[in-house]
Amino acid sequence: MFKELKRGILFTIVMMVLLGGGYHVVLWTIGRAVFPSQSEGSLIRRADGTIVGSRLIAQKFTRPEYFQPRPSGVDYNAAATGGTNYGPSNADHLKAVQERLDAVTKQEGVTVGQVPSEMVTASGGGMDPHVPPSAAELQATRVASTRGVPIERVRALIHAHTEPPALGFLGRARVNVLELNLALDETLGAVKAVAGR
Amino acid sequence: MGTEYVAVGFTILFTIATSLLLGRYMFKVFTGQRTLLDPVLFPIERLVLRVTGVNPNEQQDWKQYSVSLLVSNIFMWLATFAIVSIQKVLPLNPDGIANMEPTLSFNTISSFTTNTDLQHYSGETGLSYFSQMFAITFLQFVTAATGVAACIAIIRGLAGNRLTQLGNFYVDLTRATARVFLPLALLVGVILIWQGTPMTFEGAVKATTLEGQEQTIARGVVAPEVSIKQLGTNGGGYFGPNSTHPYENPTPISNFAETWSIAIIPMAMVWTLGYMVGRRRLAVVIFVTMLAVYLPMVTFAVAQEAGGNPAIAALGVDQSTGSMEGKEVRFGAGLSALWAVTTKVTSNGSVNAMHDSLTPLGGLMPLIGIWLNNIFGGVGVGFINMLLFVIVAVFVAGMMIGRTPEFLGKKVEAKEMKLASLALLWHPLAILVGTAIACYVWATTADPGTALAWLKNPGAHGFSEMLYEFTSSAANNGSGFEGLGDNTPFWNMSTGLVMLLSRYIPIIAPLALAGALAAKPASPETAGSLRADSATFGFTLWAVIVILGLLMFMPVAVLGPIAEHLALR
Repeated sequence: MFKELKRGILFTIVMMVLLGGGYHVVLWTIGRAVFPSQSEGSLIRRADGTIVGSRLIAQKFTRPEYFQPRPSGVDYNAAATGGTNYGPSNADHLKAVQERLDAVTKQEGVTVGQVPSEMVTASGGGMDPHVPPSAAELQATRVASTRGVPIERVRALIHAHTEPPALGFLGRARVNVLELNLALDETLGAVKAVAGR
Repeated sequence: MGTEYVAVGFTILFTIATSLLLGRYMFKVFTGQRTLLDPVLFPIERLVLRVTGVNPNEQQDWKQYSVSLLVSNIFMWLATFAIVSIQKVLPLNPDGIANMEPTLSFNTISSFTTNTDLQHYSGETGLSYFSQMFAITFLQFVTAATGVAACIAIIRGLAGNRLTQLGNFYVDLTRATARVFLPLALLVGVILIWQGTPMTFEGAVKATTLEGQEQTIARGVVAPEVSIKQLGTNGGGYFGPNSTHPYENPTPISNFAETWSIAIIPMAMVWTLGYMVGRRRLAVVIFVTMLAVYLPMVTFAVAQEAGGNPAIAALGVDQSTGSMEGKEVRFGAGLSALWAVTTKVTSNGSVNAMHDSLTPLGGLMPLIGIWLNNIFGGVGVGFINMLLFVIVAVFVAGMMIGRTPEFLGKKVEAKEMKLASLALLWHPLAILVGTAIACYVWATTADPGTALAWLKNPGAHGFSEMLYEFTSSAANNGSGFEGLGDNTPFWNMSTGLVMLLSRYIPIIAPLALAGALAAKPASPETAGSLRADSATFGFTLWAVIVILGLLMFMPVAVLGPIAEHLALR
């Protein structure tokens, strides 16, 4: 029996060192050497080194000159992520959907039928960085008019930032909201003027 | 919607094709044959066995094997319980995470030691990097390997002829860890980092958003944990929302790699059985029987989720892209439904969409997957469950045609049937009694909504949340209807106990069964024998699984998801 206990203890220790330590160090080394940007969280930095966010993590946009991401169950808190966990028949859920629907139709000046369901439902992690192209198109008119630029230029940017499904059929076409908004500021340069109001 | 079915079909076919290769590789590993990876992996195996003090040639009977399994698991439990309880003062805690509260530690460590990975905490606020690495990720490897080792020993018992020894637990455990899980986890881990899953020891990063607000982004040693959580059918995520979080599952490519990882080893195990007992046809029959349950469930769930939520359609919102609450744009409804079914039948439990928000019948498919708990099943243990059903099917078929039931030339008698029944009946017992107790507590507490505050959703959906929690614990699955406020002493202790009992009873009883079968002489099959590797037997097995496995849960299914579905129409 003593031998049995000793084996249990020694096995636990050696495996902890190997898997808790060694395995992590190997992946960390490969990550740093080959994929340094992904390893640290796909962060986006400005020229002066300040961090704007991560291309994989949704952030909150409320100003009319920016595209807005999907609703978030945790108000875009990237330190405590999560979904709403509302069941499909939950009255609170349907009320929340109705409120978002009212807000979107009013803000974009569209009818209920034109609103993609992604814009009135929260994602699983509350951090979905993407919207479908239809949801970007929906917001294009507002963004263009707020910035005082022709809608074609905004549409061209949406088009340039639309990622197709992987291999043509895995997953869905999508637009990264943060990258699109950064591109808006870069190519149309409007952020300071508009933000100064 | 067409492309969604193409994506789902491609994923399943690719996984089946590669499982053939892995099944052959695992057969070689566990029968001590040479493989291509030996130059790198064999030294690791030798080192671990030498430090542990195990003679690779030592053989154990089923009792010794079970004792080694339990003793090693007890020490893993104690060591990791200590780590999370004092994580505040341990190194690698850049975000200053506090120690875990005792009932939560009990639940968490029991959960990960039993390969369940039910989580009553949220990773980014509940665990330090040290705990994630040395407690969580460590357990995800060794508990998965424990399941594989037990399964291999049981297969040896089935294949044996007057055999008293089932192998050596530590040798099997080490081989499963170092030569099966480690290389696969490294491969998948690199793919995940490439796609954007972080791997850093630095703490949360503070960003200044485009609109000038501050955003704190939690990150950490994510990729190593996510890859083994999928491969080991563990399922416990690094972050609270699991693989819906863009860091855990950044792209459709990572989603493909993770879906593959969930199913690959449980699928390969079937082929390993075929090689080990020397009957490829038997493996084909079992595999096709599993597919005959799995594929209809996937198809139905994809159709349900792609069909959208009728309550939202009633508000006038276009549902042509499916029910998107709790789902991610990059995956869409189809791949989310595929994942939901796959993660449940394999006892994995990770999610890439929130299951509390699935449509009622879409959400019923995962529940059925966990109730069955043997369609591919958790690494090792799921296939053990399947073998139990095979024994029961042999027995039923034998009774029907009036012959002595035989499996692989061995008589299945009263003792074997008692052990198989014990292991099989424990599962519904734990689920139904547990749920009944929870309902009783809820119903007899004054003003439960404020006094207990467990349920996020009222009515039938609330019932489903409680039913799901015990189902998930008893199946060692670990997913949850996350609307359940489960970090309370009641849920921590009750589900912790259910997880421990539901892990070790269905491992030890089948080991005893294998020991009993191994000792019997194998008589050659004759024209009068019931052939287990025939289509007729496959159909019998399918019927036994569906009837025995599901009928027990029919009443609770009606009270929960089916009632909700009818109310939604």
